[in-house]
Amino acid sequence: MAKDEFEKREFKVVGTRVARPDGLDKVTGRARYGADMSAPGMLVGYCLRSPHAHARIKSIDTSEAEAMAGVKAVITRADFTNVPASDGTRDILDNVMANDKALYDGHTVAAVAATSRSAAKAALKAIKVDYEVLPHVTDVDAAMLPGAPELHQGRQQESVPEGFSQNVLARSQYGHGDVDAGFAQADVIIERSFKTAATHQGYIEPHACLATMGNDNQGDLFCCTQGHYMVRNTCADILGMESGRLRVTASEIGGGFGGKTTVFLEPVALMLSKKSGKPVKMTMSRDEVMRASGPTASTSIDIKIGTTRDGVITAATGEFRYQSGCFYAMNGALGAMCGFAPYDLENLKSVGWEVTTNRPKAAAYRAPGAPMAAFAVESVVDEVAKEIGMDPIDFRLKNAADEGTKSAYGPTYPAIGLRATLEAAKAHPHWSAPLGKNQGRGVGCGFWFNFGGDTCVSLMLNPDGTVSLSEGNPDIGGSRASMSMMAAEELGVPYENVRTIVADTASLGQNEVTDGSRVTFAVGLATIKAARHAIEIMKARAAATWGIDAEAVEWVDGAAQPAGPNAGKFPPLTVKEIAATMSNTGGPIAGHFEANAEGAGVSFGTHICDTEVDPETGAVKILRYTVFQDAGKAVHPDYVEGQLQGGAVQGIGWALNEEYIYGEDGTLQNAGYLDYRIPVASDLPMIEPVILEIPNPGHPYGVRGVGETGIVPPLATIANAVSRAAGVRMTSLPMSPPKVLAAIKAN
Amino acid sequence: MSRIHVTTTVNGDAVDYLCEADDTLLDVLRDQLDLTGSKEGCASGDCGACTVELDGRLVCSCLVLGAEAEGRTVETIEGMANGDVLHPLQKNFIEKAALQCGVCTPGILVAAKNLLDHTPDPSEEEVRYWLAGNLCRCTGYDKIIRAVLDTAAEMRGAA
Ligand code: FES
Ligand code: FES
Repeated sequence: MAKDEFEKREFKVVGTRVARPDGLDKVTGRARYGADMSAPGMLVGYCLRSPHAHARIKSIDTSEAEAMAGVKAVITRADFTNVPASDGTRDILDNVMANDKALYDGHTVAAVAATSRSAAKAALKAIKVDYEVLPHVTDVDAAMLPGAPELHQGRQQESVPEGFSQNVLARSQYGHGDVDAGFAQADVIIERSFKTAATHQGYIEPHACLATMGNDNQGDLFCCTQGHYMVRNTCADILGMESGRLRVTASEIGGGFGGKTTVFLEPVALMLSKKSGKPVKMTMSRDEVMRASGPTASTSIDIKIGTTRDGVITAATGEFRYQSGCFYAMNGALGAMCGFAPYDLENLKSVGWEVTTNRPKAAAYRAPGAPMAAFAVESVVDEVAKEIGMDPIDFRLKNAADEGTKSAYGPTYPAIGLRATLEAAKAHPHWSAPLGKNQGRGVGCGFWFNFGGDTCVSLMLNPDGTVSLSEGNPDIGGSRASMSMMAAEELGVPYENVRTIVADTASLGQNEVTDGSRVTFAVGLATIKAARHAIEIMKARAAATWGIDAEAVEWVDGAAQPAGPNAGKFPPLTVKEIAATMSNTGGPIAGHFEANAEGAGVSFGTHICDTEVDPETGAVKILRYTVFQDAGKAVHPDYVEGQLQGGAVQGIGWALNEEYIYGEDGTLQNAGYLDYRIPVASDLPMIEPVILEIPNPGHPYGVRGVGETGIVPPLATIANAVSRAAGVRMTSLPMSPPKVLAAIKAN
Repeated sequence: MSRIHVTTTVNGDAVDYLCEADDTLLDVLRDQLDLTGSKEGCASGDCGACTVELDGRLVCSCLVLGAEAEGRTVETIEGMANGDVLHPLQKNFIEKAALQCGVCTPGILVAAKNLLDHTPDPSEEEVRYWLAGNLCRCTGYDKIIRAVLDTAAEMRGAA
């Protein structure tokens, strides 16, 4: 358990809305994203991808391609002779370059580096792959059945009972109490089954990288990623090189949402560069992004909830079956842990299933696994409340988890903000605003764990008293500004005096990926601790200057001063003054902090949405949307609001439009923004964010991560709104017009 | 392969380049002129990240061939600020946090400027429909729409 770090204080910088340091570069087009870098003598690299959902690769003939003008390297799996040390990395290698089988439409089977795009594309066409097409499966329920086409053998964990295909890799169970006894006490029991389609993170910037690798086994890589240390470690493991010999620099990143927490092109580009002896740049097309990167799990979920007439949930069960594409991913387990997390339940059984299918390997997507689980659970919660004639917020308040509640996934909660979000939602004018014909209002709650992890920060005092801060996490939505703010707050200097940069892997110790809503929490904590470290050094320098004890010096408003009258009478020494003389008082001054940060502080949100359903077409319009979320402490309120708004809108897309559609042959039918339609400006109203601040005991300023929870409630919230507007319960996502219309007609 | 010689004007400067017949204007801007502010999000006209002005009209530069720029004028995000003075939209996008990752920002700024050039007092709905071809996955559009409306008001006030 993390110790109590939180201390109440008055903030000067934290909580203001300062301009971000990378703003100018980004509004002028100067910022360099993954595809914006080039190198002298650079080649361009492209992948050849399987057109089949499932096929044995009998042979690959690259000889003709290799002989073509401008072609400098052709690689296949045979070039990756090293066997990665970890199982996870072995799966990643199998994903970035197919081994003996292509496991999904879009799976890379070979790659080319050439002097021009046209030469590379021509070479791809000249590679001959002899495939033996195998039966495929893409639906989660079908994949679990005995006799289903199987992707792998011998990977099933012992937790899986008899009677399932080898595609079922794992089963995990959470909960407590006795559900049978609990259901026996219920006056009302509702049981429903749900399905959700796979969606893509949909970041606008496709994956891209520039790799330079030589036969001295030393390399440099520039790429868009959520974690360049992860890229370094994974690529080094795949290529069989020491990680210290590979330096990775993170570009500006054009969105990730979890989808850039693994590697796709990077090991391929490094191998092409190694083989050709030249820098190689690779960029995915949108088609490749859709077919071969990122998507979420699709799911099939059963929920059963029993309640008394006066609104106490007596028991709940959930079966969360998630397919995560062609390799193992922990998604069903996360769904099983998160779905019921908002509630204080006596009796609960929640089971997660991990299933493989012939789809791309799922990557994380903002609170991975949780939104679909919340959709199913919160839909039944809504229906139960309706059945017993209780206001859906009151019903949730009656069963809400609090400090001291044993959570659905085991641990007992410390101070949490769920009840505060529900009370704020109930008190908000949105909840009581009138509704018109064909309109409905929905509410839903969501939970995410949040994460800390390995974090390393270095804070340097410059001779003129300004501060340089190095962190190791790609800035995906304004985090450099937040770090500068926290450093400025702690040191007592103006925000403008602190410049934060994202250091490369050779310049700072290991950092966990930008994921788990961890950066503002964990890197913020490390920044504050690094500033405190620097303050200790500055106090010692002041003490030495004054000839008094370091303990007799305190730090107030950006200056060292004697602590009380007994310490002596000296005028304060400011950061600027200490910096100006540091060369003579002991040398450079720098603070640093390294930790595996604990105490991330779980996060809850409640959303309200009004929808209008067109009974003629089944089209759903979002009329009004309000987000209530606990941020612990909002360091930069604009960027907290932005996370809440962005998460809600991604959820709106997931609820209403977005869907991976597979054909009979198992190929993806809608690999582009035209047919995979994400929300556009004209689809939406303003999204009102309401930030609540229930301090996280694990952070000095009370900060909780906010990035992920915002996508958890929308699926359920919108489904509840649509179900009330249409008068029929919607149990399948997306709620596209044909589906809504069919449901209305069937009613 | 024989290449096509093109003479054109980009951000007020006369430029010429050689391009292949199937190179898009976006390819030329990014790969030959090193104007990487215009982004490729889809190469199919669906995301708007590559938005530029061609003879004053908004186009997806991924749908225009490099050869088609012959004798025309192209304005990209790199030409939007006047020296070190930002366009009010650029200033307000920073001040009002209208970007998160920022990869959609160049296209949205070029499109929004084009709107305000012709329509100094747009309604929220007009802004939303005008920008409907510019995808942003991060922000949910709220702060973008507000920044454009606020800039329009500011520019009308200043005029
Ligand atoms: S890249 Fe041109 S519209 Fe997407
Ligand atoms: S700010 Fe990231 S896509 Fe718009």
